Amino acid sequence: MIPELGMFALILGLLLAMAQAFFGLVGAWREDPAWMSVARPAVAGQFVFVATGFACLVHSFVVNDFSVLYVANNSNTELPLFYRVAAVWGAHEGSLLLWVTILAIWSLAVAAFSRGLPPRFASRVLGVLGLVSTGFLLFTLWTSNPFKRLIPAAADGASLNPILQDFALSIHPPMLYTGYVGFSVAFAFAVAAMLEGRLDQAWAKWTRPWTICAWIFQTIGITLGSWWAYYELGWGGWWFWDPVENASFMPWLIGTALIHSLSVTEKRGIFKSWTLLLAIFAFSLSLIGTFLVRSGVLVSVHSFATDPKRGLFILAGLLVTIGGSLGLYAWRAPKLYVPGGFELFSREFFILVNNVLLVSVAGLVLWGTLAPLFYELLGIGKISVGPPVFNLMFLVPMLPMMVFLAIGMHSAWRRGKLSVAAKPIWWLLAAGLVIALAVQRWIYGSVHLVSMVGLAFGIWIMFSSLLEPLQRWRKGQRMTAAVAGMAIAHFGVGMFAIGVSTVNTYKIEKDAAMKPGAVFSIAGYDFKFVSAHDVAGPNYEAVQALVTVTHDGKLVATLKPQKRHFAVQQTDNSHAAIAVNAGRDLFVAMGDPLGDGAWSMRIQYKPLVRYVWLGALVMAIGGAVAASDKRYRVKAPVTTAEAIAPPPKPDPAPGVA
Amino acid sequence: MWKWKFVLPIVAFLALIVLFAFGLNPKRDLHYLPSPLIGKPAPQFALSDVLDPNRIVSNGALKGHVYVFNVWATWCGACREEHETLLAISRQNVVPILGLDWNDQRDRAQQWLQQLGNPYQGVGFDDKGRVAINWGVYGAPETYLIDRQGRILYKHIAPMTMNVWNKQFLPRIAAARRGGA
Repeated sequence: MIPELGMFALILGLLLAMAQAFFGLVGAWREDPAWMSVARPAVAGQFVFVATGFACLVHSFVVNDFSVLYVANNSNTELPLFYRVAAVWGAHEGSLLLWVTILAIWSLAVAAFSRGLPPRFASRVLGVLGLVSTGFLLFTLWTSNPFKRLIPAAADGASLNPILQDFALSIHPPMLYTGYVGFSVAFAFAVAAMLEGRLDQAWAKWTRPWTICAWIFQTIGITLGSWWAYYELGWGGWWFWDPVENASFMPWLIGTALIHSLSVTEKRGIFKSWTLLLAIFAFSLSLIGTFLVRSGVLVSVHSFATDPKRGLFILAGLLVTIGGSLGLYAWRAPKLYVPGGFELFSREFFILVNNVLLVSVAGLVLWGTLAPLFYELLGIGKISVGPPVFNLMFLVPMLPMMVFLAIGMHSAWRRGKLSVAAKPIWWLLAAGLVIALAVQRWIYGSVHLVSMVGLAFGIWIMFSSLLEPLQRWRKGQRMTAAVAGMAIAHFGVGMFAIGVSTVNTYKIEKDAAMKPGAVFSIAGYDFKFVSAHDVAGPNYEAVQALVTVTHDGKLVATLKPQKRHFAVQQTDNSHAAIAVNAGRDLFVAMGDPLGDGAWSMRIQYKPLVRYVWLGALVMAIGGAVAASDKRYRVKAPVTTAEAIAPPPKPDPAPGVA
Repeated sequence: MWKWKFVLPIVAFLALIVLFAFGLNPKRDLHYLPSPLIGKPAPQFALSDVLDPNRIVSNGALKGHVYVFNVWATWCGACREEHETLLAISRQNVVPILGLDWNDQRDRAQQWLQQLGNPYQGVGFDDKGRVAINWGVYGAPETYLIDRQGRILYKHIAPMTMNVWNKQFLPRIAAARRGGA
């Protein structure tokens, strides 16, 4: 009964999404206030019914209703409650429902916080969001119904894939989807602006906090996924350039470019068509990512169960959504062009460089992801683009980007002159180079040019991002959230850079065959395999090894990696044990038993690897601080639709992005 | 004058759509991995038979015959899925099927064949996985077609289906018999 209620709720949600789209868009076109006023309640109703549908599916999982096919395929009575709930989004159908639910939440937020916007514009934004919801709800109900019954019901379920039974991975999809879906808000703002045929600084001011929020969630989502891959897959790597990772990374890169481009549109009223294009791209790449992951077009370790019908449906959706918006762009964007000059080495110049480089990386990643498909189409044969190629494609644009970032933070709008705070900038670069050289020479024992430069630039960016806050503090000036947010986020970029440069150069990864009592040494650490014994988990049996790590005879860590066996799925899963401190990770994972009590052990030394995720987290915090800036909370005083275009005013405050 | 640049994104996007549409082509075989061994002589092996440890199974004995070589294991769910198909193929009696039980336990494999039926002329017991390495086995199940000269003609990764058998194997078997007389 509950599953049928859930499905019925989704159908009602679909009808309301259609009403939201129709009255929002057609009402705005006819300028009929009565029609436009339907959009907001429709959003609220859509949210209520979609959330009800989602709650029904959660209920089916919680009560172990194995007469629902999706529950029978992804849950089990032995699965702990927490993972039974997380199993809701453990496979295609449920994760799609999660996607739709998050879209309903974003729509609700937009409906609630858009009362200060001109009514016609707000109505169009909600209408576009309604169209997106309609597409996704149709997709869910038509090709991926999570409530499909299994008759006769299964006695017990097939359970959730063991590698997904993990805390970080349970919250990774909701975070990531909140980011993905959040870009639909920027997209809706962009399409609404094109329908209006006008776009001004106020538009950028409304769009920017929404975009930053989406970007924060996506940053956290990607970080969680990377951290999970590191400790749960048992490989000790943190990024694999897998098609699914790329699918989340491309919208992130474009989203990052968009946040910066929006600041130029907000402050100077220029870069309009470029900003629009980025807003369309960010969401388009989210959709394309969905297509690639769920259609079976590319082979990936993450792939969902695929079905050609689904692929065709998403392809049609892409054609309508992306094709439609880009068509609108080709038609309307030329009219939005405003000439606006800026000097070389002005803030606008640096952000333009940042945008070009970020978009280039996204383009290269897209090429690398699709190259196998493209080569196959041309009949050249099967190729695969491996991590070394991706690493190079990432590194080459990123090194100059770091230089532009360290300097660009201190540039002024319009004029090519750095702020007074930037005086010591070149000394700091020199300091960064000296520190990097010293660290590599004395701590890690060897100097590697490229990673030394990366490390130096990372240190330089961290120093440089502190200059402006320091200057304000010394002079007793007010610290705005915008300045603090920018400093924090860029400091995070520096942390990320030192982490990546160091771990990629000085990591040590060894596989050893060890018997109890054996010692294996890397980087001055002695790993002793003391013993192995059986332990039992809630839904698995495991062999747990006891490994002690000593450094110069002193005990550093006691590690307990496990090799888990999940009886329901008949699969094994290695659970790594990691000793963490500020300088390095010591990583031990169990491989396969080799007989006679011997095990293959994966032993790794990972210097500064934590800074990769910590840096990303700090970036997200910086974003949150920047989005909390007061200027985004001031309601635009709006009485008529004309207020969408206040006269452009010069902005006196440099150093605010 | 420079309006064309605003049209550029949609043109690029439509090109992408063509690529995606190609990717969705149901005839496209995702599992197709060209094996470097295609056209090359099939690696020789001699292993003890799963059912009768004293009997030696070798592909040398099939020289001069077209035969099918199937890699399976009891731990492989997809192998269970294709077993019915293999039985049906063996009943057609077109070519002999040689099996390779890969990284498995003998008692389980024996139970499997006794309970489900045995489509194989003989099954080599490859508990160390050495023979599978020589054949470049990528994962179970895999099915190979070998011609009279002992060369690998075709390799199918993923469970065998009647469709694959009729479309990929039977025509090649007929051609191999016509050609290599």
